Amino acid sequence: MKEENKLKSYPHKHLLGIEGLLPDTINFLLNLSQKFASYLNKNGKKLNYLKNKTCINLFFENSTRTRTSFELAGKKLGADMLNISVGTSSIKKGETLIDTAMTLNAMQPDLIVVRHHDAGAVKLLSEKVNCGVINAGDGPHEHPTQALLDALTILSRKKSISGLKIAICGDIMHSRVARSNIHLLNTLGAEVRVIGPATLMPKDIESLGVKVFYKMKDGLKNVDIIIMLRLQLERMSGSFVPSVREYFRFYGIDREKLKYAQSDALILHPGPMNRGVEIDSELADDLDRSAIFEQVRMGVAVRMACLNALIKKD
Amino acid sequence: MNKNNPFNNKRNLKSYLLKNGKVINPKTKKIEKKDVLIENKVISSIEKNISMNSEKIEIINCENLYVSPGFVDMRVNLGEPGLEHKETIESACMAAASGGITSMICMPNTSPTIDQPAIIQSIQRKAREVALSKVFCTGCITRESKGEEISELQLMYESGAVGFTDGNKSVSNARVMRRALNYVKSFDGLVIQHAEEPELSFGGDVNESEVSTRMGLMGIPSYTEAMIVERDLWLVKDTNCRYHVSHISTKETVEIIRNAKKKGMPITCDTAPPYFLLNELSLENYRTFSKLSPPLRSEDDRKEIIKGLFDGTIDAIVSDHTPQDQDAKRIPFKQAEFGGVGLETLLPMTLSLVKNEKLDLVKAISLITKNPSDILGLNLGKIETGCDADLAIFNLEKPWKIKPENFFSKSKNSPFDGILVEGLNLITFVRGKLVFKF
Repeated sequence: MKEENKLKSYPHKHLLGIEGLLPDTINFLLNLSQKFASYLNKNGKKLNYLKNKTCINLFFENSTRTRTSFELAGKKLGADMLNISVGTSSIKKGETLIDTAMTLNAMQPDLIVVRHHDAGAVKLLSEKVNCGVINAGDGPHEHPTQALLDALTILSRKKSISGLKIAICGDIMHSRVARSNIHLLNTLGAEVRVIGPATLMPKDIESLGVKVFYKMKDGLKNVDIIIMLRLQLERMSGSFVPSVREYFRFYGIDREKLKYAQSDALILHPGPMNRGVEIDSELADDLDRSAIFEQVRMGVAVRMACLNALIKKD
Repeated sequence: MNKNNPFNNKRNLKSYLLKNGKVINPKTKKIEKKDVLIENKVISSIEKNISMNSEKIEIINCENLYVSPGFVDMRVNLGEPGLEHKETIESACMAAASGGITSMICMPNTSPTIDQPAIIQSIQRKAREVALSKVFCTGCITRESKGEEISELQLMYESGAVGFTDGNKSVSNARVMRRALNYVKSFDGLVIQHAEEPELSFGGDVNESEVSTRMGLMGIPSYTEAMIVERDLWLVKDTNCRYHVSHISTKETVEIIRNAKKKGMPITCDTAPPYFLLNELSLENYRTFSKLSPPLRSEDDRKEIIKGLFDGTIDAIVSDHTPQDQDAKRIPFKQAEFGGVGLETLLPMTLSLVKNEKLDLVKAISLITKNPSDILGLNLGKIETGCDADLAIFNLEKPWKIKPENFFSKSKNSPFDGILVEGLNLITFVRGKLVFKF
């Protein structure tokens, strides 16, 4: 990013979604993320920016990479990180979300990172606490740090997001990653396409500013970036798609379909991958074409930036 | 609101003279400045300048107020039996009386469901004790409203059931629906349908549209309503039984019913205030009070519902009163229950059609008096000599802000929370008894 950003700090209390964020705000977070990314590349020693700050990871849904990524990011900044996962907490005993929020609030944390299986649940929780809240995924609604890390990964290979042709492929309907990415990439001036079977396209998705394709051949034409989404295996029983092999044949990315895209097109995937379902196994391991492991590295930098930006507002 | 007991359910045989009110008569379609004399539970005279000099008569000055037949609400969820933490017969009757509703028709999806005569009798007994509003029951079309076997329809009819419905569920099995329509024909029963194809709406929480897509909520396609009505019209055509669709919410349903009426089919329908006043944008910030069934629809749907109310396609307005306690609404949207309270806002919301859309006042009042009463075949919603003195006296202009914390209903889940409205019910009579005074 060449242009100097006008923002001195993150202008909101929470990070609940990408929708509604201004380009400056997104660029501010990306700039900060880039600084942390290059720091991690150089030596990556522990910093003390968030010393004596407490951050709670509250996960109502299983997650390994996102939770670990936030935990690692917090620790790199010197914060005290607390993990609460549903299996061991009173939430299983019937405590409501609002009661959980108020209990945690009474412990006066500096930030809470929340993942929940219902859209809007993180927003509800954020209304009941005094500290900032980061949405680490709420149902099929948003997953803002994922979109930021995808953008950061793209920026590590391309000069700018603006003007890129980007295709998001797979289960758009149930994907928070798709929604956050659509908002972010559109805001920064990319041309965004979505590709998938019509059964997995949500109603009126065009109104979010994307072009819809049902065939990979058409949708991938001349694209610079391909974001593959994970296909939940329960979609078969719901009659969204008939079988894994049929899905892979028409919507899984392999070398054959990759030929439709630009010759230097890059593949992203939020993980965890289903090899042989949405992505060809050998292609996933090709470091020239697939940035999947780079995304994980960028994830830590983005989460360091978000934690730092939300906790240290001055 | 005056919370120092504005209610009265004591036996008294007082007479009342309502002086100089503007009397709304849905039957003659006229509004005339007249006096109304109430004696011995009934209206004994409606004339200009009735003068009475007796100490036994209480004179109420109704100058600048409207005197209307009490409102008849065709769709109320009482909560009792079984869901008393949401609403009781007593709290619902208080809410009704304060809102000018003198007759409530309750839905059968209580716990246990109203699918046998004994439950109807017990609700009626309780309502008589409360004595603030008339309460009528509907019975389940199918046992436990499971949609499988028809319940004891004629026995319930004999015990006072005024209609048959599976409440907030659609009778989705066409064979069962056909049998039900055929069966009630012998006693001219009324079948009331909640139209929603359950397989297509399964798992959905809001109208399927750009809004549901943005919010990441699972959608209910709007045509799930129309397709059940269209299917039922084949059955109505075959059985020629009376058929009523409750709380319609979509453009397509209005069009289908409009056409069916043109063909002379025995079909009627109602809608509720959220569907002509709000649209799906009210879901902003995942407001669970806006989570209703049927879901709030698009602006185009809302406009067509208003058209339907104007051209007579839609016969009645119901409150669709669905009380939900805090624990059912102060949770994530997906987990929250459907429904909103409405007894205390039915009048101002109906009057908004007069203020905002220039609907004729008598026509608006007919939608909540004469029309529902006619559909149900009840002798209500009238203002004439000799009929029960069920009356609502209201101020058409009075502005007020909807504050659910002041509601008499046990639940506060109003989709109209905080809205400014005009039109306030001041006095309610049921069978000649002054049950509520503001």
